[in-house]
Parts: sequence; C-alpha cells; structure tokens
Amino acid sequence: MKKVLRHRLFWPIAALVTLIVVNTIVRPQFIVVSVRDGQLYGVLIDILRTSAPLMLVALGMTVVIATRGIDLSVGAIMAVSGAVALTIIDASSDPGSIGTVLLALVVALGVSLALGAWNGLLVSVAGIQPIIATLVLMLAGRGVALLITDGFITTVNSAPYSFIATGYLLFLPVAFLIALAAIVVVALAERRTALGVLTEAVGINPQASRLAGVRSRGIVFGAYLASGLLAGIAGVLYSANIRAADANAAGQFIELYAILAVVLGGTSLMGGKFTIAGTVVGVLIIQTLDKTILFLGVPPAQSPVFFAVVVIVVVVLQSPRLHKWIRDLTSKRAPRANDSQPGTPVGTQNKVEVAS
Amino acid sequence: MPADTEVPPVVEMTGVTIRFPGVLALDDVALTLRPGEVHSLMGENGAGKSTLIKALTGVYSIDAGTIRVAGADRVFETTADAQAAGISTVYQEVNLAPNLSVGENVMLGQEIRRAGTIDWKAVHRAAAEHLENLGQDIDTRSILSSHSIAVQQLVAISRAMVLDAKVLILDEPTSSLDRHEVEQLFTVIRTLRDRGVAILFVSHFLDQVYEISDRITVLRNGRLVGEYLARDLPRGQLVTKMIGRELDELAALATVSERIIDRTGAPVLKATNVGRRGVLEPADLDVYPGEVVGLAGLLGSGRTELVRLLYGADRADSGQIEMKGEPVKVTTPRHAIENRIAFSSENRREEGIIADLTVGENIVLGIQARRGALHKIPRGEQDAIVSEYIAALGVRPADPNQLAGNLSGGNQQKVLLGRWLATAPELIVLDEPTRGIDVGAKADIQRKVAELSAQGLAVIFISSELEEVLRLAQRVVVMRDRRRIGELDSSRTDLDGLIDYIADGGEGNAA
Repeated sequence: MKKVLRHRLFWPIAALVTLIVVNTIVRPQFIVVSVRDGQLYGVLIDILRTSAPLMLVALGMTVVIATRGIDLSVGAIMAVSGAVALTIIDASSDPGSIGTVLLALVVALGVSLALGAWNGLLVSVAGIQPIIATLVLMLAGRGVALLITDGFITTVNSAPYSFIATGYLLFLPVAFLIALAAIVVVALAERRTALGVLTEAVGINPQASRLAGVRSRGIVFGAYLASGLLAGIAGVLYSANIRAADANAAGQFIELYAILAVVLGGTSLMGGKFTIAGTVVGVLIIQTLDKTILFLGVPPAQSPVFFAVVVIVVVVLQSPRLHKWIRDLTSKRAPRANDSQPGTPVGTQNKVEVAS
Repeated sequence: MPADTEVPPVVEMTGVTIRFPGVLALDDVALTLRPGEVHSLMGENGAGKSTLIKALTGVYSIDAGTIRVAGADRVFETTADAQAAGISTVYQEVNLAPNLSVGENVMLGQEIRRAGTIDWKAVHRAAAEHLENLGQDIDTRSILSSHSIAVQQLVAISRAMVLDAKVLILDEPTSSLDRHEVEQLFTVIRTLRDRGVAILFVSHFLDQVYEISDRITVLRNGRLVGEYLARDLPRGQLVTKMIGRELDELAALATVSERIIDRTGAPVLKATNVGRRGVLEPADLDVYPGEVVGLAGLLGSGRTELVRLLYGADRADSGQIEMKGEPVKVTTPRHAIENRIAFSSENRREEGIIADLTVGENIVLGIQARRGALHKIPRGEQDAIVSEYIAALGVRPADPNQLAGNLSGGNQQKVLLGRWLATAPELIVLDEPTRGIDVGAKADIQRKVAELSAQGLAVIFISSELEEVLRLAQRVVVMRDRRRIGELDSSRTDLDGLIDYIADGGEGNAA
C-alpha cells in the first residue's frame, strides 16, 4: 500500500479517477460508452478525441522541459501549420482528393519542423534563454499565419482533411489514434533508446553532461524540433476539426495548458527527470475537468474559477512539502536521526560505517 | 591584546557529532571561542572544518553534543537562528546581493524607516558609518559587483557588524586576495578583535594563520586533535597534527613515484605550446604510457586551465596536440573522448556528478554518450559494467539504484572514476580527485591510480596536496602565474624542494 502511495503517478491518477467518479455520481451517463454504426460513443470517448491536440503539444513540451527549457511558441506553430495546410487545400482545384491533402500535410509539417528548428537554433546554438527564444515565435508566429491566409479565416470543405479530426477507425476516433501513436513513438524513442536518460542528464546538469561527452547541443535542438513537429500535427487536427484556419484562435493559450499538463503529471519545471505517462494523465485531467465544467453545468462566468480551484487542489496534493508535513504530523515526531526517509530501500540502514 | 586570563567563552561546542549517509563527518568534536581572540580552525581537506562551521551557523543540525552561546544552550534549526544569536559568517564566495548598492547590502533587512517608508539617506549614512568603523571609505551608492572581492568581503563584514555579531566566522577569506588586500583584511580583523568580537578564521595558508591567530584548533578525519595557543605550536608540529597517521597508511604507495618509466616510445599525449590568451601562456606537456605526471602549483596557477585546454573543455587558441605520435584536433570534450582522453573535473558537483540520476546511470553515462543516443547499452551489459566498477572501486553503498547525489563526496568521486574507466581511456586527467573527501576514500583513489598506471594507463594528476602529488607522480610539472615554470623528477626532490620550486620557480638560483 505504501508503495502505491509513494508512486510518482499516484496523485495525478487519483485526481483523474476522482473527477470521473464525481461526474458519474452526479450523472451516471458520464461513464456510459455505447457502440453505434461501428463507432464508440460517450463522454469518455469524446474526452479522448478532444484531448488529441493538447496531448501532442504536451508531449513535445515534456521533452523540452526535461532539457531545462520551455516552448512558448507551440500555439503559434499550430496556427501556422493550420494556415499552410488550408491555404494549399483551398488553392487546389480538387480539395477533396487525397493527393491534395497529403501535399498539404507534408508542407504544413515541414514548415512546423522548420519553426521548431529555428527555436532549437536560438536555444542550443545561440544560447538564448528558452523563454525568450520561443517568445519571439509565439508573438511573430500568428502574424505569419495571418500573412499566409491573407488576413482571412480560410475555410475549406475537404472530406479527407476533416476525417483526420472527426473520422473513426476501428471503433475509435482518428484524432485519438494519432495522439496514441505519438505517445507510443515518443515513449519508445525516449525509453527504448538512450535518448531519455541523456536528455535527463542534460536537463539535470548541462555542464557535467558536456564534459561527459553527451552531445547536449544536439539533444536540446532535437527537443525543440520534436516540439515543433508535434505542435504542427496538433495544428492540423485543430483546423481539420473546425475546417478553418483561424490564425488568432488556433492553439490559443495551449502553451500554458501544455505546461500545466506536464506539471500535473509530475515533471519538474526545473528540468531533468520526466515522465511521459505523467503528462498523458495530466492532459486527461485537464480535458476531463473541461468536460466536467460543461457536464455539471457550471455557468460560463464561473468556469475559470472552478477550473483554477481544482488545479490548485491537485497541485497542492502533489506537493512533497505537504506530504512531509502530513507524515510528520502522523508519525508523532520520530527521533530526528530517522526522520530522513522512512521506508527507503535496503542499503540505507547499514551506511553509518566510515568507508575505509 | 589576547590574554590567558579566563574570559568566559562566547561559544562552547562540546561532543558535536554529525552523521551523513556513509560518513561520520564529525565525531565528538569540541570548539571554544573566546571574545577578543582570533581562533584558527585547521585541518586537511575533508577534516570536518566546514561541517563544524555549518553546525555552528545552523546549516546542519547536530546528531549529538551541545552548543552553548553566551552561556546558554542553543539549538540552531536555521541560519537565521544562529544569526539572531550573534553568529555571522563571511564565506569565500561572498553571499551578498551583487546588483544592489554597497549601502543597501550593508543595511539589508535593517533599513531605517521613517513614516513607513525607507529613509534612503539615513540608510546610506548609517552604512557609511559602519564602513568607517572598519576604516573603510567606500561610496555606499556604488553597485557592489563593481568592487573587488576584497572590498565585497569587507562589506560582508560590515554587514555582520550591523547585525551586532559577537562571533565572526571567516571561511577561507584570503584565497582570492592579493598580498595588500590580505593586509587590509587583517587590519580589520584586528580592529574587531580588539573590540571584543570572537573570530573564527579558516585558511590553508600557514603564514597567514600564524600571523593572525591567537589560538588554533586542529581537526583530522572528523575528530578533534586538540586546541593550542598559536605561539606554543611550532609550524612543523601543526602539519604533523593535521596529516597524522595518513602518512603511515599511504606509506605503502611510496614506491609508485620511483617506478622507472619507459620513455623510448611515442608519448600517449604530447602537447606543444598549448595556450589561450588571458588564461594560460603556451605550455608543453607530455605523458608516456604507465606514467603519472603531477601538476603542481597554487590555486589559479594555470594547472586546471592547462588540462581544460587539453581536454577541449575550453578552447585553446594556440598549440598542437599529438596522441601516440599522430596530430589530433581536440576542441571539444567529444574530440577528447574519441581520442581516449578522460577528464574528471575539480568541480565534482557542478561538472561531474549528475545528482538526480542513479549511480548506475552515472557510471554508464560516459560510454553511452560515446556510443550515441540511438545505441542504447542493453540492460544486462549495463548491469555488468556498473557492478564491475562499483566493486572495483568500493563504492558505498554498493547500490546501483541509489541517486548519485545522496552519496558522500568520496563515493561520488569513485563513481566518476568508474564512469571514465568504463570508457577504457588511454589517458586520464584527474583534477583534485581527492579534494574534500574522507581519508579512506582518498587512500582508495590513490591506490587505484597507482594500480591503473602500473597497467599502462597514462595519468595527469592535479592536487593541492603536494605530498599526494609527490607520492604518485614520477614527474611533477610546476605551474605559476598561468605559466609552466618547470619540471621536477619526483625521485630527486622532496616536499620542501617542491615548495621552494613553486615559490621561486627555478629563479631562486639566479637571485
């Protein structure tokens, strides 16, 4: 039991489960999932589908934060990516053809990669602080998107493009499948190769990592590249969902929600150790909370306050200081020497002897 | 003037014991500070000096023993508690706010208020007065960082006086001061002493210790050796008390430096004219297989600078490097690693250990980085490498999953040594590998260096402890003022000879 309580994902998962339970108690239909026309329906499925853009962006954000960085430009990259894709489809003589959509995707994602590379260059080669380096694109990116769409909100009618956001495959929403694929790819790339541990090394101690021979520049650059690409995919999903490239609304504030998801999942903003699973849970908490507000009928005027209160509670519940405080209160002041860490693994007990 | 008459002590620490994971940092140590006296705390690196100071200033809480201040038992939970009790510390790296003005720093937290707002005029006037009391005339409105370290230290001392400190701790205050600045500092210290402040002074410079101290307390390996009146303790005896039985323990290594090195083949590394403007004058260095070359010199003499250029940690702007007769380019650490050079920095915490990774991850980091991110070392191979080096180097605790940051300094050093040995280097550069670690780990590391060099590894060994350099190295290259000044054969020189050389640099004959 103690082990479960101490797991780093315990509190995030507990928060998610609590949200689902509360919703289900208020209105049991929350948890119902039904099959209609070979598609799964229900609030939970809807959460999975709508969480896709945030999921993609938060995955990239996790890797960037692990390198001690931050990427504020993700929302702007989403706007550019959507604008590029829709402008290509709009200009084509055959917007409904798969070839057109593929071309739009390749160019949009290529541009997103380039924008990620720009961020990566500023941070890893020019040595500009990440918050400033990505702020540039955060502010300028939407302007670029507006330039691409000539200042209009480009709308298109392309069945294959819409399918990306609203279609179903194997009972499941395509958007969710794309997010799932991204989770698997990122998790495999980080944990099946040594990329994850080298990223953590760079995030924890860049100087020591460089002297140990880690290509820290490449690792940092790669993180921003990945973040740019993932934001680009998110931009495609967003524009496919509304069938329009809205340079101002696309991915608005998503950088902040992505950072929130990363932190809710238990990755420290200080960089270093990171958890992909935690970020996934963090995203689901945010989306479920979003849905809860609609579902419980919280008036729109009060929804930000409701959102904030829940987030504060979850964040405070995760605070190590609070945990220590509660432990101290419940353990009735054990003698000082032992209060370091009860229940730590073997090997800590017999360390008092001086090494000789 | 200090007298032998019994003044009631202001600080009495007795039976102080502090345990860290794996190390008994302080074992039943006592320290008594009397008003109007300068008291020096002496001991080798890792003897427990800074731990004792941290116990007195509330940074560490003590596991056993008592601290009495002005006759009352005290428990310091935080540094603020100690400061409130009148104990102030001035560290080697001044801990003030560099971007505030001198006056703001002196009066920080003690600003003079009028009608709820700060009366800046009065603040600066008061700060100027405090500085004047120490005989200093500094513009209180100038920014602190625009002044030299020496002036910043005086500002820190003034600040302690504002807090009405009865005890002033000076931890290595002179290490970055020049001769004249040291004199100035000593004048201030004497002024305060005469006013009845108890001063605890820590320095590695014996001359300075004898110049300023009334009393000396010696620590060794976390234990108290004794307290002496400075005038009753000859210099030679002080050194013996500081070094103690360590000499016997390491006597077995004495033969290493006398090993005959075969210098007929190509050197593992041959550096010619390697330098960087403003950092190091072009210098030569060569190391042969199986040889230990010592680099000796004072802090800032250029010994660290030279090896950093050789490793590519900093970029050289002149010179060539040859490895086994072949010219190579080493401008980044990766080049060095590809050429089988390993480098363990003197700054273990900032440039060595990755504290939040495990011992195992730290050990394999070097090879993993060389193989590249995409070629992950399989779990089984990792475990084999990690347990091999944990066993070979005697890392305690022998748990590969422990976070490296939780280990003692000596064990972190062993982990770093393991990281580099795992990459199978041909040359390993060890910069202060034994600084601040306990005597047991120190002996382990020296033994390992001797063993590895006997197997053919070339080693460049830097240490402030010259005995250690002479014990391990067959040749000692001496640096001074960012310049290589010469080279000694360690079988034909002793400690005094080496010290003289560092001081006079071969120019002694000419003079």
